Amino acid sequence: MITEIGHFALVLALALALVQMVLPVLGARRGDVAMMQVGEPAAVAQFAMVSVAFAALTYAYVVSDFSVKNVFENSHSAKPMIYKVTGVWGNHEGSMLLWLLMLTGFGAAVAVFGRALPDRMRANVLGVQASIAVAFGLFIILTSNPFLRLTPAPFDGQGLNPILQDPALAIHPPFLYAGYVGFSVAFSFAVAALIEGQTTAAWARWVRPWTLAAWMCLTVGIALGSWWAYYELGWGGWWFWDPVENASFMPWLAGTALLHSAIVMEKREALKVWTILLAILTFSLSLLGAFLVRSGVLSSVHAFAVDPERGVFILAIMVVFVGGSLALFAARMGALRQGGLFAPISREGSLVVNNVLLTTSCATVLIGTLYPLVLESLSGTKFSVGPPYFNATFVPLMIPLLMALPLGPALAWKRGDLAAAMQRLLASMILGLIAIVAAFAVLYRGPWLAPFAMGLGVWVMAAAVQELLVRSRFGEIGWRAAWARLKGMPSSAHGTAIAHFGVGLMVVGIAGVSGYKLEDTRAMTAKSSVSFAGYDITFEGVAPAKGPNYTERQGVFRVRDAAGGRVVTTLRPSQRVYRASRQTTTEAGIMATALGDLYLVLGEAKDNGSYTVKLYFHPLVRFIWIGAFIMFVGGLLSLSDRRLRIGAPRRARRREEKDAAVA
Amino acid sequence: MLRLLDQRARSLGRALVAVLMVVITVSGAYGVEPDEVLKDQALEQRARSLSAELRCLVCQNQSIDESNAPLARDLRLLVRERLKAGESDSEIRDYVVDRYGEFVLLSPRLGWQTLLLWFAPVLLLAGAFWLVRGLWRRPDVATAGGGGTPLSEAEAARVRELVGKGRRDGTEV
Repeated sequence: MITEIGHFALVLALALALVQMVLPVLGARRGDVAMMQVGEPAAVAQFAMVSVAFAALTYAYVVSDFSVKNVFENSHSAKPMIYKVTGVWGNHEGSMLLWLLMLTGFGAAVAVFGRALPDRMRANVLGVQASIAVAFGLFIILTSNPFLRLTPAPFDGQGLNPILQDPALAIHPPFLYAGYVGFSVAFSFAVAALIEGQTTAAWARWVRPWTLAAWMCLTVGIALGSWWAYYELGWGGWWFWDPVENASFMPWLAGTALLHSAIVMEKREALKVWTILLAILTFSLSLLGAFLVRSGVLSSVHAFAVDPERGVFILAIMVVFVGGSLALFAARMGALRQGGLFAPISREGSLVVNNVLLTTSCATVLIGTLYPLVLESLSGTKFSVGPPYFNATFVPLMIPLLMALPLGPALAWKRGDLAAAMQRLLASMILGLIAIVAAFAVLYRGPWLAPFAMGLGVWVMAAAVQELLVRSRFGEIGWRAAWARLKGMPSSAHGTAIAHFGVGLMVVGIAGVSGYKLEDTRAMTAKSSVSFAGYDITFEGVAPAKGPNYTERQGVFRVRDAAGGRVVTTLRPSQRVYRASRQTTTEAGIMATALGDLYLVLGEAKDNGSYTVKLYFHPLVRFIWIGAFIMFVGGLLSLSDRRLRIGAPRRARRREEKDAAVA
Repeated sequence: MLRLLDQRARSLGRALVAVLMVVITVSGAYGVEPDEVLKDQALEQRARSLSAELRCLVCQNQSIDESNAPLARDLRLLVRERLKAGESDSEIRDYVVDRYGEFVLLSPRLGWQTLLLWFAPVLLLAGAFWLVRGLWRRPDVATAGGGGTPLSEAEAARVRELVGKGRRDGTEV
């Protein structure tokens, strides 16, 4: 019964979306306020209906209702409760419902928080947002309905893919989808602006918080995926340039560019046309990501042909939205008044450089990802484009970006002074150079790029801190006054510095793990020892263990400090076999230290009773994910500033007065 | 009806399996086995970097260096055999390509079919800067600021002083 309620609510949500797609836009056209006002309640009701549908499906999973086909195919009664819940989005149908939930959630948020928007703008934005919900609602109901029943109901389910039974991977999709789908708001704003045929600096101010929120979620989502791959896939890789990863990385790159170009539009009324185009492209890349992952076109062009229904549907969605918005863009581009010109050496100039490099790298990833597909379908030749290609093309584009990054915030608007900016950040530059020399001197091995990247990361981190210190005039005036100035700064300035610091930290981590990884492979018998990366590691033997729905073979490794002989920890890497599906997974044994991770993997048993053991030391690897989290925090701070300015203008003014009084 | 549904479910299942293969074949991978490692460290190093460029053909987007599939192991051993025989990296690469096709190379060789792939980043970057160029004002026009005479040093100092007073943190944000 509850499943049918969910099914019904989903259909109702689609009907509401249809109404919301048509009436407000028509109202905006005719100047009919009543029609325009349909948008807000429709958006909220639509979200409520999809929530009901999602809750109904979750309920079916929680009580293991195997008469629902989707539950039967993807769940099992012996599964721990948390994975029963996360299993809702651990499959195609459920994850599309999650996608729709997020999409309508963002739509409802625009309706609720967008009261300050001009009526016509809001009506158009909600209309466009609803049209996306219509497309995906139809997709779910027609091709991927999670509410279909099975008669007779089977006794037990087939079980969730064991790889998905993991805390990080359980929360990875919601963040990722919030990111993908959050960019739909920027898209809707862009299309609404094109429908109206005008944009103002205010448009950028409206779009920024939504873009920022989406970007933050995507950052965390990608980082979680990378972290999961690191500890789960069994050799400590954290990024593979896999097409599925690229699918999420492309909208991230474009979204990052969008965040920065929107600043220029807001402050200087320049880059209007470009920012609108970027908003369209960012969401288009999200749709492309959905298409690539959901259609199966990636594993091979032929896998797509096996079951083309869904792929063709998403492809159609893509063609309609990308093609339609770009056609509208081409038609209206002339009507948008371009902002003023500006000097290359200025804050806006630096943001343009940021955009050029980010979009070029995004396009490079796009070409690298699609090239083999296109070539195969055109000429039949099978080519691989793998990590060596992306490392050779992407990394060189990131180097100038990171070199220039700290200078941007140090340059003034309109007309900057490059020499003065460099002088201002001299200390950071020296720190970066010291890091390069130190990395060369201390480690004395690894690729030449690694120390250089290390120095770049330090330069970005140090400059982020120094920029704040210089601005609040630490050292010039008393520290108390300087502290007051630091606190009085708009929190978006703090957010920028913190996010940039996170970028630097991530670069240091990437340099560390890519350049200085240690690894060894041994055939070890019980009670044998190996000394590795400053540790004496004794293999005590293999012990069987049991989890709720799996059995495993744990290798027990006593880790001693090579210098003192003290036992530091015991690591238990294992091989798991899941009962329901008979699939095996590898669980690494990891010890995190300040300098890096000791990472052990238990391999196959050999005929002579020994085991293959892989030993790794991944220096600074955690900086990568900590850096991503710091970027998220920076975004959060910046977002809090936005809300003050947009949501409550009066309060912000009062605060400003108070700050002025303090200063 | 039921049979139709079942058939559909199965074909959907197959598609899903195809997608999930990405994950499944990747799991439990740990590459080089201890008995494969060459005694000569320099040679082993070359073997590792060569292996990282060669695709494991039965896996999804994995190099033979990372995979524990039997085929990957065979290829790793083959690479090491050839290295021991004293062949150069490019000779080995050519040999593997002759056997398995261009698909085996994770980084495609430059050829007329991959010309666009390899030159795309450079072309895109050049194109982007060419587009942006139109946006940039020449510095002298920028400083002239609409044709007025530039401020004298004393005037500039006075402006700085006045502007500095008015702002809270001495910078624009």
